[in-house]
Amino acid sequence: MATLFGSGIKRREDPRLITGSATYTDDVKLPGLTYAIVLRSPYAHAKLARIDVSAARKAPGVLAVYTGGDIKDRVVPVPCAWNPPNCDLKTPPHPLLAYDIVRYVGDGVALVVAESRAQARDAIDLIEVDYDPLPAGVDPEKMTQGGAPQLHADVPKNIAFKWIVAGGDADKAFAEAPVKVKQRIVQQRLAPTAMEPRAAVASYNKGTGQLTLWCTSQNPHIHRFLCSVMLKLPEHRVRVIAPEVGGGFGSKIPVYADEALVGLASMDLGRPVKWAEDRSENYKVTIHGRDHVEYVEMCGTRDGQITGLRTTVYAGLGGYASTAGPGIPTILHGLIYSGPYVIPNIHGTVYGVYTSTTPVDAYRGAGRPEATYLIERLMDLFARDVGLDPATIRRKNFIPKDKFPYPTATGLTYDSGDYEGALDKALAMFDLKQFRQDQAEGRKRGRYLGVGLVSFVEICGSGPSQVAGAIGFGGGQYDSAIVRVYPTGVVRVYIGGKPHGQGEETTFAQIVADEFGIPVENVEIVAGDTESTPQGWGTYGSRTTAVCGSAVKIAAQRVKAKAKKIAAHLMEANEADLEWRDNQFAVRGSPGSGKAFAEVALMANVGWNMPADVEPGLEAVAFFDPTNFVYPFGTHICTVDVNPNTGEVKILRYVCVDDCGPHINPMIVEGQIHGGVIQGLGEALQEIMVYDDDGQLISGTMMDYAVPKASQMPHVESSYTVTPSPVNPLGVKGIGEAGTIPSAAALVSAVCDALEPLGIRHIDKPLTPARVWAAIQQAKGGSQ
Amino acid sequence: MKHPVTFTINGAAHTVEVEPRALLVHVLRDELNLTGTHIGCDTSQCGACTVLIEGQAVKSCTVLAVQADGVAITTIEGIGSPDQLHPLQAAFWEKHGLQCGFCTPGIIMMAVDLLRTNPNPSEAEIRHALEGNLCRCTGYQNVVEAIQTAATALREPRGQARPVEPATAPSPTGQPAGAGV
Repeated sequence: MATLFGSGIKRREDPRLITGSATYTDDVKLPGLTYAIVLRSPYAHAKLARIDVSAARKAPGVLAVYTGGDIKDRVVPVPCAWNPPNCDLKTPPHPLLAYDIVRYVGDGVALVVAESRAQARDAIDLIEVDYDPLPAGVDPEKMTQGGAPQLHADVPKNIAFKWIVAGGDADKAFAEAPVKVKQRIVQQRLAPTAMEPRAAVASYNKGTGQLTLWCTSQNPHIHRFLCSVMLKLPEHRVRVIAPEVGGGFGSKIPVYADEALVGLASMDLGRPVKWAEDRSENYKVTIHGRDHVEYVEMCGTRDGQITGLRTTVYAGLGGYASTAGPGIPTILHGLIYSGPYVIPNIHGTVYGVYTSTTPVDAYRGAGRPEATYLIERLMDLFARDVGLDPATIRRKNFIPKDKFPYPTATGLTYDSGDYEGALDKALAMFDLKQFRQDQAEGRKRGRYLGVGLVSFVEICGSGPSQVAGAIGFGGGQYDSAIVRVYPTGVVRVYIGGKPHGQGEETTFAQIVADEFGIPVENVEIVAGDTESTPQGWGTYGSRTTAVCGSAVKIAAQRVKAKAKKIAAHLMEANEADLEWRDNQFAVRGSPGSGKAFAEVALMANVGWNMPADVEPGLEAVAFFDPTNFVYPFGTHICTVDVNPNTGEVKILRYVCVDDCGPHINPMIVEGQIHGGVIQGLGEALQEIMVYDDDGQLISGTMMDYAVPKASQMPHVESSYTVTPSPVNPLGVKGIGEAGTIPSAAALVSAVCDALEPLGIRHIDKPLTPARVWAAIQQAKGGSQ
Repeated sequence: MKHPVTFTINGAAHTVEVEPRALLVHVLRDELNLTGTHIGCDTSQCGACTVLIEGQAVKSCTVLAVQADGVAITTIEGIGSPDQLHPLQAAFWEKHGLQCGFCTPGIIMMAVDLLRTNPNPSEAEIRHALEGNLCRCTGYQNVVEAIQTAATALREPRGQARPVEPATAPSPTGQPAGAGV
């Protein structure tokens, strides 16, 4: 049997998905099911003066109505679970339902439970609320300035934290450097927009005191813990099941009020309760991403050597700190400020700011796209000022491949890398010299062609749990697997991660099937149910293959080690004389001898003939805690044609070279790149969550929020280099976010390159025709 | 007050009592347990709820259930099963045309109609046809490839390849309501 590692086999999870047989949370039906709807604030900031639910309580089919006042003493507010150290983080309580002040449009005000969804929705309209509007603010920079409304009594200037990252002496570097560039950059607010909106179904058994919660979660064990806290239930009385999950992109990491609210209602009613948001509700309530206003600068020598980077970042947190909110613009952002370059002097200041908006948390890439974007924009500006092309300046500043493991000025240690290798490969796929000729020819005819070339490195595979503790993450970052072999030699593997589109039911089965020499069909991967899976920390941050996949590998190795003892006993051979040959245990130097895995599995499970010191049964658990993060990297190149009359940007080519170490399943790696790149291009071209100054959400439906469509997006030309990571037994690095992290920067870089003849250096994304046209007009006006 | 509505779904006749305001997608999911048809938005943008009405792709969130009285409806459950996949289902599997799978049933149903009316679509035509279906995972590249692969398989049937759709001729009276995709 050929090795499955490295083979692009078809996905094991697909048959149920393509036939409509999969069960997503909103598909879960239980006897006696009831339905919940949350009444949400239409005001961004207001005092709740009066709330009258009496008519709703009497409405047909209504079983219960809750206000914030009804429940505030029964539950614990929604926790923030990431408290970065040394930044004086303030996290005012986020009530499950507001009882005093609402702080964003969508903040929950009341919950109605009824026999049917329609009855619950009808009853919501019968609730009378008097809101006394208060001044609101949505811009994270302006909210720190004098005159801005203060949203939380104990958070002056709305500053939740001030976090600093520093290495070397940035002030000195800037004082001495002959070349400096600076830029104000806005990284707009985005909506993750997993195609499946969030949902939760709670079922409480009064007899056992057990609450079962089906929910759209990327990390069911985190949901179990935080929901048990909110509901004041012992953790072992809460079972969380994340069934099929229809995408997450970070938005299903956080634990939300809604999930605890259905739990509370089910505990009261003794009946199952379902809540499922619609898309408009999703855009108001489910977390947003990005939302930075940044002042960034870079310095260096006239020949293009970068010597320093400084930033001041205002990062919007929304009305409250979400589960991982404060960790995103700090740990996952500032620590990667060196990018793939030697930058000896770095200083970054990040203000986390409360605004009258939906909470902000992890969205694909989470902090690292923002860092890559600002670094790469500055590299381009610097290159332009010293007269170097984008490839040369990057090559000149790359961390050399013989310097790994490489300690950055920000305190990280990059595991392995060959940044120049990825750049070289990208340039082999894309003829930059030829493009420059075409560009020059085009410019003579009034055609604005541009190229953006971006190199990047990201932090993935989180991570050492000791580090997680040190950086204020309220949990571990190891992950886990139980490999259980059945008497017939088939295998189920229970994992701590919760894949939701990334294909680990396939890739992890490939790992196990290789280990045991069995067909991949004989291995099932089970995820998402806290009742059967070992404690894990979820699927996000491109960590599941590197961390959970390693646990799978190690658990399988443990099983195999035990199987080898049993095989030796059955073959009456010395264990030391056994080898793994042709997918079975065989005596070294003895052709024809052999015990297949399935034979050993049967004996282990029936226990009829075991070695004296070996217990029956064949299963093992592993908890893998890596010694370091992994650092995937690559170079992406985008070319565009900008229409100077309309501002329309046409993407001509998108070429990328990624390095995520060895590929378990190349087809799946490729798919992750495609989707990631398109998300980044959507961010660069058209996606933006817009609030007006009063905090009204303007882009609150799919009519307004521009998720990329097929006809707008290019064919991605992808390739790879392979630099294994030394920090896990698979050597893998993670690929889930790699497409998104550089692609927004690549496209904006290309547009700015196209418009270079007009003197345009930077345009804030998204580069809608209106914005590009306005920049062109401004540039033309300025030159007259 | 509820109204009786009778329609044929995946070849079998059903009569259900529905509120006049009930959307077809809700009746399919909540009353008939056909949960393969998904709801990804509330403004008819995402296409996750696409089904065939009299052979034509329709977003079932744009149709009141009472409007579907007397028509033949095909959902994702009606075109194939894991044991006997429709060529489009097989092609989406083969070409990794899905990741989380939530948008996939709607895209496949749209593509059934596309390949009925255009058996050999170009990449540009497929991308245009996907205008009413959003996918957040795949970046569409493998979706396009899957539809091209299925188109080839359907034009040159081999072995177990099945017809594009169950035989349902457009009926003069059963003009589907709402927007097509």
